[in-house]
Amino acid sequence: MIVDFIILIFVVRYLKKTLQTADKFPAWDKIFTVIFFVSLACLVVSISVGQKAELLLSWMGNALLLFILYILYAKKEFRSLRSYMLALAPYICISVARDLVELLLPGFYTKWENYIDAIDFSAFIWLIAMLIINKRQQKALQTEKLRTKEEEEQNKVMVKMKAELEIQVKERTAEITLQKEELQLALNELRATQSQLVQSEKMASLGELTAGIAHEIQNPLNFVNNFSEVNTELITEMKEAIDKGNMDEVRSIANDIADNEQKINHHGKRADAIVKGMLQHSRSSNGIKEPTNINTLADEYLRLAYHGLRAKDKSFNASMKTAYDENMVDINIIPQDIGRVILNLITNAFYAVTEKKKEGTAGYEPTVSVSTMLSLPVGEGRGEAIIKVKDNGNGIPKKVIDKIFQPFFTTKPTGQGTGLGLSMSYDIVTKGHGGELDVETKEGEGSEFIVRLPV
Amino acid sequence: MKILVVDDEKDVQVLFEQRFRKEIRNNEMQFVFAFSGEDAIAYLNQHEHEAVLILSDINMPGMSGLELLGHIKQKYHKPPPVVMMITAYGDAENYNMAKELGADDFLTKPVDFTVLKEKLKPTN
Repeated sequence: MIVDFIILIFVVRYLKKTLQTADKFPAWDKIFTVIFFVSLACLVVSISVGQKAELLLSWMGNALLLFILYILYAKKEFRSLRSYMLALAPYICISVARDLVELLLPGFYTKWENYIDAIDFSAFIWLIAMLIINKRQQKALQTEKLRTKEEEEQNKVMVKMKAELEIQVKERTAEITLQKEELQLALNELRATQSQLVQSEKMASLGELTAGIAHEIQNPLNFVNNFSEVNTELITEMKEAIDKGNMDEVRSIANDIADNEQKINHHGKRADAIVKGMLQHSRSSNGIKEPTNINTLADEYLRLAYHGLRAKDKSFNASMKTAYDENMVDINIIPQDIGRVILNLITNAFYAVTEKKKEGTAGYEPTVSVSTMLSLPVGEGRGEAIIKVKDNGNGIPKKVIDKIFQPFFTTKPTGQGTGLGLSMSYDIVTKGHGGELDVETKEGEGSEFIVRLPV
Repeated sequence: MKILVVDDEKDVQVLFEQRFRKEIRNNEMQFVFAFSGEDAIAYLNQHEHEAVLILSDINMPGMSGLELLGHIKQKYHKPPPVVMMITAYGDAENYNMAKELGADDFLTKPVDFTVLKEKLKPTN
């Protein structure tokens, strides 16, 4: 009985606290407050008065307990605490039943009082146990809720971060795409510039030829003019001889005139060939190989280079030595291309000796030698036509020699060389003709460039 | 008068022989032709004192005309042959070099044969 009231007090207090009835269910709050004070009063009374009002008090207690049980079950406001009903129900029912039995069947009650006490006690234990279990469950639920909440929070944060990241990624992608387009433009420009430079290198080598060619044409033209003049004189003499009737003389003069005409024709054709050669050089190579005499080719370009350089620099003077292999055969090459290579090597050689000459060493004789050699196949090997261009300049320093065939590499001061000569020559010889281009050099003494072409 | 003409162009010989046809026929002049500096020296070694006048091109493969000029002026003293340089390059450096080496005259190509004939007359 005392226990009942204590339980009531605690239950009511718990209900008030958990459901926050003060805010949410003010009507119930009042009821609970009433029950609370009533229970308290009954408790006090039962402690002090005890046996005398036992029946009344215990039934008061039961009534209140049943009421609590009912509201927990029936009223939807208390649905969340239904589990407590499960905890309380056995105890309350047994308590009520016990009092009923005690009231209606006292004899039975007294006989079985010990067992009834035990049941009562078990119900009480059940109550306590359920309370404890409930509490644990609640705690677990709460932790679950907390965790879920935390997870939700984290999710929210992550979603936010993901959105931010996506924006960043979009921005970066846009940046990078822009950069890529700029780079593409720059690359296109560079490619265009490169082909411009290659073309300008070709034009530069053509320009170097022009002066040489002009000179080379001058020689045959001089002969044409001179022999024509001679023939004019001879014809006058012939007329005189005819007048005199000296037929032998006439015939002799006629022969001379005929010979001279042949010379005129020969030199005229020579000039024509030089012009044709120059035109070929300026045209882009069509890639067709034709049998060519490289002795003639080398000699032609040697002269052209020499005259070209002299025309550019009046103080230029160097000795040219030639040694052409008499047994050289015609080999299949693209004449303009190999001619360009020879021209490039010779021009470089002349440049090297001119540079050395500027140093002013006494007794220095700038010399460039061009030679050809036919190397016959040995065993399984193939024959080679070898062109060598040698100079006694200052040679090529070790640290530079690996780079000389690279495009755009030059040791000339800015604006004087495109750096494309040797790289183009290398490509022409190796890729265009399956040959080799090597260099042997000694610092301070000179260099020798060796072109090997398969026969 | 024996004249040695040194030029790598072979048709120079024909040209001279045609141009000096009369003089050759009248035996006023005799022409000998060398096609390189080395050939010229070989000739001079074999026929010393014969050529009194040497007309040389400067631009030749191998020994250049100026080298030849130097050799001649150093080696052949009594009497020193007259050496005239004939060349397409009429620039200052070549002219000065030739003068320094002792050239007696300097002519540019294309050769004006009337001028040349004038020059050759007084030395006859």
